[in-house]
Amino acid sequence: MIDMSPNLVLVVTIAALFTVGVYLLLERSLSRVLIGVILIGNGANLLFLVAGGAAGRPPLVGVEPEGEMSDPLPQAMVLTAIVITLGMTAFLLAMAYRSWQLHGHDEVQDDVEDRRIVRLAALDERAFVDTDTEGVVESLDEEAALARDETDDGHGTEVEQR
Amino acid sequence: MTDMTWVVPLPVMLPLLGAGLTLALYGRPRVQRVVSVSVLSLALLASATLLVLADDGPLVVEIGGWAAPVGIDLVADRLSALMLTISGAVTLCVLLYSLAQSQEDDEESAPVSIYHPTYLVLTAGVANAFLSGDLFNLYVGFEILLAASYVLLTLGGTGERIRAGTIYVVVALLSSVLFLVAIAMIYAATGTVNLAQLAIRLPEIDPGTQLVLQVMLLLAFAIKAAIFPLSAWLPDSYPTAPAPVTAVFAGLLTKVGVYAIIRTQTLLFPGGRLDDVLMWAALATMLIGILGAVAQDDIKRLLSFTLVSHIGFMVFGIALSSEAGMTAAIYYVAHHITVQTALFLVVGLVERAGGSTSLERLGGLARFAPLLAVLFFVPAMNLAGIPPLSGFLGKVGLLEAGVASGTALAYVLVAGSVLTSLLTLYALVKAWNKAFWQTPPEDPLPARLPVGMVVPTAALVSLGLALTLAAGPLYAYTSRAAQALAERDPYVNAVLPDGERGPGESADVAETDEGGHG
Repeated sequence: MIDMSPNLVLVVTIAALFTVGVYLLLERSLSRVLIGVILIGNGANLLFLVAGGAAGRPPLVGVEPEGEMSDPLPQAMVLTAIVITLGMTAFLLAMAYRSWQLHGHDEVQDDVEDRRIVRLAALDERAFVDTDTEGVVESLDEEAALARDETDDGHGTEVEQR
Repeated sequence: MTDMTWVVPLPVMLPLLGAGLTLALYGRPRVQRVVSVSVLSLALLASATLLVLADDGPLVVEIGGWAAPVGIDLVADRLSALMLTISGAVTLCVLLYSLAQSQEDDEESAPVSIYHPTYLVLTAGVANAFLSGDLFNLYVGFEILLAASYVLLTLGGTGERIRAGTIYVVVALLSSVLFLVAIAMIYAATGTVNLAQLAIRLPEIDPGTQLVLQVMLLLAFAIKAAIFPLSAWLPDSYPTAPAPVTAVFAGLLTKVGVYAIIRTQTLLFPGGRLDDVLMWAALATMLIGILGAVAQDDIKRLLSFTLVSHIGFMVFGIALSSEAGMTAAIYYVAHHITVQTALFLVVGLVERAGGSTSLERLGGLARFAPLLAVLFFVPAMNLAGIPPLSGFLGKVGLLEAGVASGTALAYVLVAGSVLTSLLTLYALVKAWNKAFWQTPPEDPLPARLPVGMVVPTAALVSLGLALTLAAGPLYAYTSRAAQALAERDPYVNAVLPDGERGPGESADVAETDEGGHG
C-alpha cells in the first residue's frame, strides 16, 4: 500500500499559499485579487498532490510495480486545473487592463445596491441629525459624496430626482 | 434495448464542434448563424431522444473506452435528460432572439463574431455539467460554462459591464477554487472522484470527514446557485449584460448549481444531515430575495431578485429529503428555467419598446404594444404562481411535500413560500402596472418590435404554458426521476456493474485501482 501520511512541508506550503491568497483576495485592486486567485489555485493544486499520497516512482503502468508508483489521477487533474487557471488568469489580466483603460484604476467597485444604501442614508441624514456627533465626524452626506461612484453619469440618480 | 448510448455525448460534442466551426467562420456572420442554429437544434433533438431513452434506466458512456472508476464517464439519467431538454429548448429560443436583435441593432459595440462560439461553448459546458459522471468532470463543465459566461457578460467591454463583470468573475473564481479544494479533499478521503464509486465509498469513511466534504461541496454550489447569504453577486452582475445573455444566465447558470446540489445531496450524502441548514437557507433566500425585488424600481434588477428568491423554492424541495419534495423541486426547476428566461427576454423587448428599464420612466406600453403586455403578463403570473399555471403546480407540490414532512420547520417554510409567492405577485403586478398602464412621464417613441425577437419570446412563453398542459406526464416523469435519485442503485449499477468497474476495455488500469488507497 502507498504511504498516506501527508508531507508536512507540502501542507505548510499549502497553508501559506491559502493564507496569502485569501488576504490578497480581500484587496480592492483587481491585480492583487488576481495574484490572490493564482496563489489559492496553486495551493489547491498542491492539495491534489497531497491527496494523491506520498511521492513514489513515475505514474506509468507497466514500468513500475503496482504500489510503488505514484497515483497518476491527481496529476492528471492538477494538469487540467493548471490549464484552467491559466485561462482565467489571462482573462482577469485583460479585464484589469480594460478597467484601467476606462477608469484609470483597476479597483473592484462597490455594487450598485451598496451605493444606493449609502445615498439613501445620506438623504435620511437630514431628518435625523445626531447632535452629539455633529461637527465631530464628517456627515454621511460628505461620506456619500466621497464614495467612489463611476456609474453616476452626472444626471443624478432616481433617488435625487424625486 | 438497442444500444443508443452514442447519443449521450452529443449534447456536449455538437455545440463544441459548432463553436470551433463558428470561430473559423468568424468573417461570415450568415454562415455562423446557420451553423449555431442547426447545431443547437440537433443538440435539442439529441437531448429529447435522451429524455425518452433515459426513462428506461441511466445511459452510460465511457469516454475513450476507459473503465469507469478511473476513466471519465457521461451518465444520462432521468434528471440529467430532463434538464438537458429544457435547457436545450431555452438556449435555442434565446439564440434566435439574439440573432434577431443583433440584426436589428446593427451589431452595436459588441464583437459579434465572438458571440456565436462563446454561446455554443456555454451550451456545451452546461450540457457537460448535466451529464458528467464524476466530480472533476463536473468541475470542468462548470469552468467551461463560467469561462464562456465571463466573456458574454463583459461583451463589448463597456465601463458598466467591466464593473459588474469584475465582481461576477471574482466570486465565480472563488467558488471554483472552493469546489476544486473539495474535490482534492474528497480524493484524499476516498481515492476516487467517480460519483458512482463515491456513493459506495463515502458512507464508509468517518462521519465527521463526510460532513466537512458535504459542507464544502454545498458551499461551492450554493455560490453558483445564488443561495442566500451567497447570492449578493447575482442581482448586481446580471442586469448589466445584454438582454439575451441575462436571459440565458438567469435560466441556466444558477440551475446548474441547483442541479449539482441535487445530484450530490441525493447520490453522495443521502442521509440529509444538513437538511435543517438548507431549510433555513431556503427560507432566507426566498424572503430576502423577494424583499429585494419589492424594493427595486428597475425591472431588470427586480427580475434578478425574483430569480434569487425562487431558487429558495428549489432548495426547500431538496431540503425536504423526501421523494415528494424532490419531485416538486425538479418540476420547479424545469418550470423556473423557462419562465425566468421568458421574462428576461420580454424585458429586453420592453426596453426596446419603452427605451428604458426603469419603472419610473416606463409607462403606457399596453397601448402601444398590447402583444407585449400579454407576453409579460403570462410568465409573470406563472412566476407568481397563479392557478392553473405551472408555477402554481410546482408550488403546490412543494407545499404538499412540506406539509407531508410535518416538522415545525417545514411548516415555517410552507408559510414562507406562500408569503414569498404573494410578494412576488405584488412586485410583478407593480412592475406590470407601472410599465404598461401608468401615464408615461414623457411620450415614448413607439418602436417597432422585430418579429424575429417576438417569435422566440412567444415560443418560450408558450413552452411555459405547455408545462402546465403537460403537467400530468411531466410530473410523473419528475416523480420517476426523484424515485431514481432516492434509490441510487440504478445509477451506481449502470456506471459500475457488479459494484466493481465499468465495461470499458482498460482492464489493467481498473485492476490497479482495486489495490487503491481507501
